[in-house]
Amino acid sequence: MTAAQNTARMAESVKDAAIAAFLVAVLGFFFFALRTDIGTGGLDLTYRWGLWLIAIAITFGVRLALNLFVFKAAKPITSGIKITVPSGVTSVVGRFLGPVLLIVALCLPFILMALFPNRDRQFIDLAILIMTYVMLGWGLNIVVGLAGLLDLGYVAFYAVGAYSFALLAQYFEIGFWTALPLAGLLAAFWGIILGYPVLRLRGDYLAIVTLAFGEIIRVVLLNWYEFTGGPDGISGIPKPSFFGLEFSRTGGFADFFGLDYDTIHRFIYLYYIILVLALITNFVTLRLRKLPIGRAWEALREDEIACRSLGINTTNTKLTAFSIGAMFAGFAGSFFATRQGFISPESFTFLESAIILAIVVLGGLGSQVGVVIASVVMIGGIEILRNLGFLKEIFGPDFEPTQYRMLIFGLAMVLIMVWKPRGIISSRNPSAVYKERKKISSDMVAQGEGH
Amino acid sequence: METAMKTTSSHNWDHNVVLSVEHLTMRFGGLVAVNDLSFNVGRGDITALIGPNGAGKTTVFNCVTGFYKPTEGRIVMRHGAGFQAEKIEALTRTGRQYDDDGDDRVFLLERMPDFEISKRAKVARTFQNIRLFGGMTALENLLVAQHNPLMIASSMTIGGIFNLPGYRKARAEAIDFAAYWLEKTGLIDRADDPAADLPYGAQRRLEIARAMCIRPHLLCLDEPAAGLNPRESTELNELLQYIRQDHDTSILLIEHDMGVVMQISDHVVVLDYGQKIADGSAESVRNDPKVISAYLGVDEDEVEAVEETIDQAIREAEEHEPDSDKGGKS
Repeated sequence: MTAAQNTARMAESVKDAAIAAFLVAVLGFFFFALRTDIGTGGLDLTYRWGLWLIAIAITFGVRLALNLFVFKAAKPITSGIKITVPSGVTSVVGRFLGPVLLIVALCLPFILMALFPNRDRQFIDLAILIMTYVMLGWGLNIVVGLAGLLDLGYVAFYAVGAYSFALLAQYFEIGFWTALPLAGLLAAFWGIILGYPVLRLRGDYLAIVTLAFGEIIRVVLLNWYEFTGGPDGISGIPKPSFFGLEFSRTGGFADFFGLDYDTIHRFIYLYYIILVLALITNFVTLRLRKLPIGRAWEALREDEIACRSLGINTTNTKLTAFSIGAMFAGFAGSFFATRQGFISPESFTFLESAIILAIVVLGGLGSQVGVVIASVVMIGGIEILRNLGFLKEIFGPDFEPTQYRMLIFGLAMVLIMVWKPRGIISSRNPSAVYKERKKISSDMVAQGEGH
Repeated sequence: METAMKTTSSHNWDHNVVLSVEHLTMRFGGLVAVNDLSFNVGRGDITALIGPNGAGKTTVFNCVTGFYKPTEGRIVMRHGAGFQAEKIEALTRTGRQYDDDGDDRVFLLERMPDFEISKRAKVARTFQNIRLFGGMTALENLLVAQHNPLMIASSMTIGGIFNLPGYRKARAEAIDFAAYWLEKTGLIDRADDPAADLPYGAQRRLEIARAMCIRPHLLCLDEPAAGLNPRESTELNELLQYIRQDHDTSILLIEHDMGVVMQISDHVVVLDYGQKIADGSAESVRNDPKVISAYLGVDEDEVEAVEETIDQAIREAEEHEPDSDKGGKS
């Protein structure tokens, strides 16, 4: 490239950066430069020219740097930029990602205790929360990812599981380990009852009606005061025991094994319970995918009419997907109840369904590893954004970083969907192989009903 | 051609019937798509259902395969030989859907839901606009077609989860059976490719292979030659001949390509405006003035005049271009 061209490009870049800075100046004038506070007898107007100028300067500098060093052009290239990874690397990553994640998950509490001795409880608690969402994501993946039925009311089954255990414990004094299978069965049963009328619907109607059913369950829990305690919720839900040993100060787990009593034992124990539950979900899902029922789910997602022409009872096949998905939500729900010790209908709003669905969609429909990555990013990301204290150093003590949490989070989601429209892991593994296993690109895979 | 062998008995479809459609009527609101249609499909025959666009051919197909419930009429599928008239009458009176005692099973298709028709009565079908599972491999497509036997082999999934030997064996057999049909349709090299990746002709063949994987007694093909080039069309004819000879499967097909119809059909049924206008061997139908008039869209007595005009036009065209291609007439 000649010097003349370089100079021309430099000039173009500076001009482009100046335009961007001007736009920020105009837009930012009302957001940064002016500030109103409620004062005596009206609003007080204060000017923050410094902040405004800093924003303009940052825009100019970053835009110029991007133009010169990243895009290597006078203007940003908005198309054609792809983050390409050599194919050898992806296949190695693909092969080892699952086992590595499993090993990390198995050792996680001890890694956290070693790395953050002061905040280990908080981090293990976060790990438990993430793992719960991983399990819910895997459960919903059966319904949405494999069978292609868009279920916007998945949280209803989570609620059924949680309330099953809470009510069984309250009225019959049943412990966690007995209530766990019962909660799963009850949720599956509700899945069948709700599914039977709903699954005749197709497309958007299915999505709307599942949403309505999710809300109905919550509203019933909220208003049936005599039975469920309504908005007061249910408290005093028993903690799980370790083969009959309580995690209490005396005469419990710590005494039996000769350890010093520490509340962290119970957190670690809860973590391993949810890890095992999640791994069971994963194992069953992976097995089911290779069985005729799983193949029928995927075929149903691809083309329901062709399925019927091949002798598949589509109603029963959809119901099995719906009820097995519901069962895992029921397990997760009863775990949630025992972890919290207190549940109320507030925990089971539509937002929960939306988060679980977002995990499945971001991860890539039908992908198990994708769900894990998406859960860590979404749930862990939200939590990390709570700790944005360092931004105060930059924007001054008035800046409240937690207010920008959902904004940053939403932006991240948009970016992921622009970069990978079919989710993070967007290829499908065939369920049976004749000679050579080939990944199927997501462009060919249908998404099913209601997408 | 093997039609010569069949001439010993008069018409197969008159005495050895696999499917009989009796007084079938299908109304959509005020529109009568099929009106009092009766015809038989002979066992081991290739039967073609032809007619101009909108004649009601696909409607008949959808009634036979259970995707529509007929307004009136009876559709009987037989697995055993002969008419079994008494058994069918008795079954009709009981209100049951089928009688599957012994080998002489009979099914009243108009009473059965679509998936049962495929599962029990063993009637397979393909679609006019190909309906494959695009995101699944060719092999998986054929395994989905073997869903019901595999479900039983996996003891309704429970045995499958624990990977019991009984299921493992059934699975290996299912893959072998799928591989057999992939071989027959020339798709074995593409077994692990997604169906949506295959070229059009291969997709048509795969859909036939998938239908054959339910081990049907009757195979219904909705325009199998549509969009195929002449070579693929010939291969399709060979495949259909093979299916009917070696697999004890009767074929009912809708086709617009008269070359295919005349070459391979033993029996042709012609529909126009939802009514049967001709029924017989390919040869007899070809010369039926009613059929010709339906296809040309003119009255019966005008047919000769129109044909005369067409012949003259062709002669004139040939005189102008004496060395135009020879394969052009059909």
